This record gives sequence, structure tokens and C-alpha cells, in this order.
Amino acid sequence: MTINITMAVLLAGLYSVGFYLLMQRSLVRVILGIVILGHGANLFLQGAGGPPGVPPFAGLAAPEVMVDPLPQAMALTAIVITFALTTFLLALAFRSFVLLGHDEVQDDVEDRRVGTTAERNDLVQEAAP
Amino acid sequence: MSILVALPVLLPLLAAALSLVFNTFPRVQRVLGVLVLSAIVVDAAVLLAHVDRAGPVVLRMGGYGPPIGITLVADRLSALLLLVSAIVTLAVLVFSIGQRITDYGRDTASNTFHPMYLVLCAGVALCYVTGDLFTLFVGFEIMLSASYVLITRRTTAQRVRAGMTYVIVSLTSSLLFITMIALVYAATGTVNLADLADKVAALPPGIRTSLGLFTVVVFGIKAALVPLHFWLPDSYPTAPAPVTAVFAGLLTKVGVYALIRTQTLIFTSEAIWTLLLVTALLTMLVGALGALAQNDINRMMSFLLVSHIGYMLFGLALYTEIGLTGVILYVVHHITVQASLFLVGGLITRHTGTVSLRAMSGVATAYPLVAVLFAISALSLAGVPPFSGFVAKIALLRAGAESATFTAYLVTGGAVLTSLLSLYAVTKIWVGAFWGEARPPYEDPDPTDEVTVGTGNTSRGMVTATGALVAAGVAIAVFAGPLAGVSGRAANDLIDGKSYREAVLGAAR
Repeated sequence: MTINITMAVLLAGLYSVGFYLLMQRSLVRVILGIVILGHGANLFLQGAGGPPGVPPFAGLAAPEVMVDPLPQAMALTAIVITFALTTFLLALAFRSFVLLGHDEVQDDVEDRRVGTTAERNDLVQEAAP
Repeated sequence: MSILVALPVLLPLLAAALSLVFNTFPRVQRVLGVLVLSAIVVDAAVLLAHVDRAGPVVLRMGGYGPPIGITLVADRLSALLLLVSAIVTLAVLVFSIGQRITDYGRDTASNTFHPMYLVLCAGVALCYVTGDLFTLFVGFEIMLSASYVLITRRTTAQRVRAGMTYVIVSLTSSLLFITMIALVYAATGTVNLADLADKVAALPPGIRTSLGLFTVVVFGIKAALVPLHFWLPDSYPTAPAPVTAVFAGLLTKVGVYALIRTQTLIFTSEAIWTLLLVTALLTMLVGALGALAQNDINRMMSFLLVSHIGYMLFGLALYTEIGLTGVILYVVHHITVQASLFLVGGLITRHTGTVSLRAMSGVATAYPLVAVLFAISALSLAGVPPFSGFVAKIALLRAGAESATFTAYLVTGGAVLTSLLSLYAVTKIWVGAFWGEARPPYEDPDPTDEVTVGTGNTSRGMVTATGALVAAGVAIAVFAGPLAGVSGRAANDLIDGKSYREAVLGAAR
């Protein structure tokens, strides 16, 4: 089996950009990260079918030279799903922007409480001597 | 007979569409939902009886045979889980109708609860009966997209924050799932589970192990294994009680089911899997200790949920027949008990108008029935003898002791310790909420939010549904004998794997 270097590099790029954006604090970047990661995953699924070939229509060519239609069908389904969920995510981000007035990812409530407890302890210790 | 496999998926989906059509007729929606879910309970019970007698039922969608076509398979494990899930979803639906959260949004003509709830049920059922990896992905997506809507319904600032975490984490795990399917397809050229079982066995061990680990990560996020559990205690408590109950009862268990299915059928390991054992130990302890640190009653129960996922992993990692029997018993017990605990939590917060354990007191004198319901579910969760948790735990502990390796003993000890810690955690809830002097309910802090209400009384529907679910939990303990029999045979099927493969691919292969 031959390895398609262009495809491999492209996929690696999409995955790393996607995960990098996912780690950001701004919600829009996180969503962009999800979109790019989704592109990467769907392209990967598509690429898993093997090298390009003749379109898989019955009678068009011998079955050996046709491409595998199964990953295409699966990639199509996955694309529809990621598309729909991206729309939902955008709506949710907009809702968050309307409610909170900015698009930063909020601090975790628990983290903040632990943080303030630690700060308070520090202050108490400073004040003690 | 094979149509019975498809009905739990088809019926709720069709009913969801009808429910959308009857958007402005809440009574029709209610009757439709209850009727459909009751029909599924009957369907699943008949299916389980048939499968237990005559072996797996296979339905080839559209007449295409495996490995190309979509096959739906019900073996003992999936039929049993289908039945338990159907009972829980029915009880939770009655509870939600009783709480009237289904009515919110009626005036704005966006009554999404019923359709989304039915879609969620369809997704869960599809995950149980699917015979290939890609349909499993589709099932997950149906279930998750419905859950996104349910968790962010009537968005408040807090809910949008929690919902965002939940949606992004789930979406990331779904994208990893697609990646995993692509890798599996590239390596084997099939996604049919039964076909994969043969083809993966022929792969080089390195590829086999890395694919196996990839599935553990993908399903581990859904099942909330410990390093991957961080999203759960943040997002679940913000949803209304019945939604949290069905999420806690079913969504994580579907992840566990997917793990059991793939790890027994495809990526079989003969030896005890140390990594999974250590993860199980961590999951149990981190969850139980996390629960002790909480003041919010719903957060506490979410951590307990994480902790008890560890038990299921423990049995799976042992990979013996008795271990898997324990896992199946535990899943059945835990779906029921965790859902009833969250429903009781919903009754408490409804009654007192607060989720903070420090702020509430005296529910036992004001509302003794809730105290009884809580006590039964809590003792069952902790595994105190006459209740259902004990039966499941004793099977797991026996499996751990029989495996007789150092790690297995260590994790068995951890399991006993976690039981005690869970008992301590539920005692904390008991002391905080039930003892002390009865207090008048707090004012509803946020009328747009349906998590805390503080009415001082609860509707009959809510109490009946919770009571029925608690009674179902007690029934598990009463009928532990036959249930252990079915679980044992299901575990035997899983270890053997032959009956599943033969049913799907035909005896010739």
C-alpha cells in the first residue's frame, strides 16, 4: 500500500490547528477549532477508503478500479452531523454572548472557589505574624 | 420477531415527529410520550425473553447482509439494557410531566421537551442494538444532540456556561470517534462489529493495541473515566432534575456499554488489563473523594456517579466470566439507582428551594416519604446488604478475589474503601438535608430556572414516578437470582463471542 504524503501532512496540519484552537479562551476560536478538527476527521474518514479511482457506479468500470464507496457514504453522514452541530454551537455561543456580553470561556465555578480559598489562606498567613 | 429490534429506535423517532406536529397540544404530547415509552418497555421485555431462550436476534436493514449493510443485533446484554433503560426513561418522563417542566415554553410555541426526550430515547436504543461501529457513532450523535438541547433549554447564564463545556467536550469526543472509525476502516476495511472481531485478530499486535486504546479514550470520555471525567460534575447539575437523572442513568452507561461491547468482542485481551484496572481504581477514589468535598447536592451525586463508573470498569478489566456478570448486574443496578437518586434530589430541591446542603435541614420531619425514598436508594448505592447494590458489588468483589493478582487485590481493596466513602457521602446528604429542624422553603432565586423551586410541596406525579423507580431498584434485589442468571449467560456470550458472530455473519463463516 502506498502512502499519500500530501494527505498525511494536510491531515496532521488540520488536526494540530484544530486542537490548538480548541485550547484557546475565546469561544469563537474554540468553535473554529471544532470546525477545523471536524474537517480533518471527515477528510481522514474519506481518505481511509484508499487511493482515488473510478466513481463507483454499476457497469461504469471493473470493480477493481473503482473507489470504495463505503467511506464516502460514512464521511457524508459525518459531514452532515458536524455541520448541524456546528450550527447549534454557533447559536449557543451567540446566546452566551447575549447573556454575558463577551465571548470568553468562563472560569469553572469550583476552580474559582478553590482559588479564592487559597488566596484567603495566604492573606490570613500574611496578617498573622 | 426481528422487527422487535428496530421498534425501540423507530417508535420514538416517529413519535418525536408527531410530537413536533402537536406542538401546541401538550396533552397529546404527554399521552404520546407515555404510550410510546410504555410500548418500548413491553417490546424490550418480550425481546429479552425471546433472546434469552433462542439466541441473538438479527435484523438486516434493507436486506443488505453484513459486512456492507447495517445490521441491528439484540443479544442478552443489549436486550437487558434496553429493558432497564426503557423503564427508567418512562419513570423519568412521568416525573417531568409531574414537575411540569414539559410545559415551559408552551406560550412561545417552542415546546421542545417531548420531541427531544423521545429522540434521546431513540439514540440510546440505537446504541444498544447496533451491529456496526458507524451506526454506533450515529446512535451516539442522535443521543447527544438531543441531550445538548435538553441541557441548554431555557438558557440562563449559568446553564449556557455549563452547556458550552458539555457540548464542546462531547463534540471533541465525537470527532475522535470519527478518527477512530477512519483508523479502524483503514486497517481492516470493515466497520461491522462481528466482522471486525475476525479481522482485528489478524492485525499485528501493535496496531491492535493502539486501536484498542483509542476506543478506550473515545468511549472513556462518554463514560467519564477519571482523567476524562472533568466535564461531568460541571455540566450535569445545572439541568433540571429529571434531565440530569436520565443523563446520569443512561448516557454514561451507553459509554460503558460501548466499552464492554468493543473490548469483549473486538479487542479481546486474555490477560487482566492492568491499565484499565488502575483507571478503575482512580475513577472510584477520585469520584468518591470529590463527592465528599461538595456542598451542592447535585454536584455531590454527579461525583458519586463518576466514582461508581469505576466499578464497571473494574469488572471489565478483570475479564473473567464472573467479573463480567458483576459488571452487567452493576450496570442494571446503577442505571436504576442513580436515576432514582437524582429524582429524589429533585424532590428535595423542589421542596426546600436550595441545592446547598448547608442551607437545607429538617426534610425528614417535613416530608418523611422523601426521606424513605432517599434512604432506600442511598443504601442501595452504597451496597448495604438487602438492597440491589450489594448483589452487584459482591459479584465484583468475588471476581477480584478470584483473579488473585496483586493489582486485582489492590483494586478490590479500593472498591471496598469506595463503598465506605460512598456511604459516608450519602450520610453527609442525610445529615445535611434530613436532620435538624424543618425550615420554610426558600424563595425561588430565579423564576426562569427550573432547577430549584422551593414550593414546599411536590406534585403527585413526581412522587409516584420516584417511588416506582425506587421500587424497581428494590425489585432488582428481590429478583437477583433470575437476573444474575441472565447476566451470567450474557457474560458467557461476551467471553465466548461465538454466538454473536454466528448470528450476524451466519454459521458458515
